Amino acid sequence: MQNLKFIIPLALFGLLGLALFKGLSLNPREVPSPLIGKPAPEFSLPSLQDASYPVSSRELLGQPWVLNVWGTWCGGCREEHDTLLAIARQKTVPIVGLNWKDDNALAQDWLRQLGNPYAVVAEDRDGRTAIDWGVYGAPETFLIGPDGLVLYKHIAPMTMEVWNTKFLPRIEAARAAAGSES
Amino acid sequence: MTSSFIRGGLIALLLAFAGHALAIDAEDAFADPVLQKRYESINRELRCLVCQNQTISDSNATLAQDLRREVRDMIAAGNTDDEIRDFMIERYGDFVLYRPRMTPENFLLWAAPVLLLLIGAVVVVRVVRRRAQESDIETDGPEAGQS
Repeated sequence: MQNLKFIIPLALFGLLGLALFKGLSLNPREVPSPLIGKPAPEFSLPSLQDASYPVSSRELLGQPWVLNVWGTWCGGCREEHDTLLAIARQKTVPIVGLNWKDDNALAQDWLRQLGNPYAVVAEDRDGRTAIDWGVYGAPETFLIGPDGLVLYKHIAPMTMEVWNTKFLPRIEAARAAAGSES
Repeated sequence: MTSSFIRGGLIALLLAFAGHALAIDAEDAFADPVLQKRYESINRELRCLVCQNQTISDSNATLAQDLRREVRDMIAAGNTDDEIRDFMIERYGDFVLYRPRMTPENFLLWAAPVLLLLIGAVVVVRVVRRRAQESDIETDGPEAGQS
């Protein structure tokens, strides 16, 4: 009984220490998105390649899709570009590009020179749509389910590992859930 | 003689620009001083997420500029401060606030000081009571033996 009096505070202190120690390995730049599990913000923006053609988030309902926020000014976007091309070749889901506060000509050159992984690219010139999506640093990649809910957000350049471990399982699960409902 | 004159001139110049150095925008967002004050005080409460540890009123990052524009437009559209804060929280989460709200997730953090104080008080009361009892026994003991 007397021992217990010493063990309880010691155990609490140990737990606190453990929690704080774990906090050291967290990345403070990865701010959890409040959008996860909520309806994806709607947008209707001009297409990068053809301003008269609107890109609307409503048209994408009914299937899982990926929104990739990029800009030619963003180093990480160049870094992930080849990965995006490889993912696009798999043809699992459409990748929609959100060209964030960029120069139209530069962005089109970029896609011509490096290849275009996007099914369609929406041009967010004034950055308002990016704010709606809570974007704070490109590249950011969202996964949206067939029901229009945001399933996942990846902050930092996309890698094949992230795609295989974080995105693909969620895409499969979303497809399975949508299939069983219909 | 001339150097102190130049120094005086430089100080006067610095002072003349000091007011401008405080504001990040090139010019005031609102002509109305009340609205301008609201605009500035909201900006000072919102975190710039690309340049963490700065508020959007401290930073000239593109995102900070865009968020200031959003604040300005919402004030101009007649939104309240709370509506503007909610707009930011919906998109960027509670992390965007420099003055955190009380939420179910962080309730323990808010309650911790009170809880710890209560636990401490209980422990102190118990210890003091027991010591009082023990000392009663000690002082009673010898007297009882003597009589």
